[in-house]
Amino acid sequence: MRYDPMMVQPMREELTAIGVTELKTPEEVDAFLASKSGTTLVVVNSVCGCAAGMARPGLRMALQEGGVRPDRIGTVFAGMEIDAVERARSYFSDMPPSSPSFALFKDGQLAWFVPRHRIEGRTATDFAADLKKMFETHCVTGAAK
Amino acid sequence: MGTFHDNMGELHGITVVVDTEGSRIAIGRRHEMNAVEIVLMDADIHEEAPGASTKKDFIQRAAQVGVWARHRRLVMPMQGVVSVTPLGQFEG
Repeated sequence: MRYDPMMVQPMREELTAIGVTELKTPEEVDAFLASKSGTTLVVVNSVCGCAAGMARPGLRMALQEGGVRPDRIGTVFAGMEIDAVERARSYFSDMPPSSPSFALFKDGQLAWFVPRHRIEGRTATDFAADLKKMFETHCVTGAAK
Repeated sequence: MGTFHDNMGELHGITVVVDTEGSRIAIGRRHEMNAVEIVLMDADIHEEAPGASTKKDFIQRAAQVGVWARHRRLVMPMQGVVSVTPLGQFEG
């Protein structure tokens, strides 16, 4: 089942407005994840009010506060671009499907995964703090360590 | 907690651990709950048995990565249920 595109559009724009790359096809997902150097965050966006409603502003806050951040951030939308979501999940297939969820890759390897239940019931501020901690742990490179 | 269905109770849509007084334990998104039954969506259920992983192991693994949705919709009788707890409250 796909959701009403008009209902979903503001949820997409919450991420694209902060510079997150939208990935709508399997080919776009593969191209985005082709680079095996540096850090890449993939956000599985969703309409879920319990978790995604905090996840999106949490990511915005984490990025706007500055500091360490992934080199690249992309997003697929669960329940909309089914094939793109499936392809994205194939890169972290040991993890049960979960939306929203966050997968952070470092040099092509999955370094951190945040499933939906780790976002449920938290505030955007709390989740932003989780993300910043994750970025500081995994996204510091080379001499900066 | 913010959901689109405020009439469905506080934990509607939240991933919960449903523990029973017996060997059975389930994890899934809480849909409905009343005095008779609890309905979970995208759930997995585990039966503790000799040689199998414990309830604690099952919860710990789920707390880390979530659960595989082996049941799209799982209905459990409330009789024998001892707790319904958000999975997010468990350490992974």
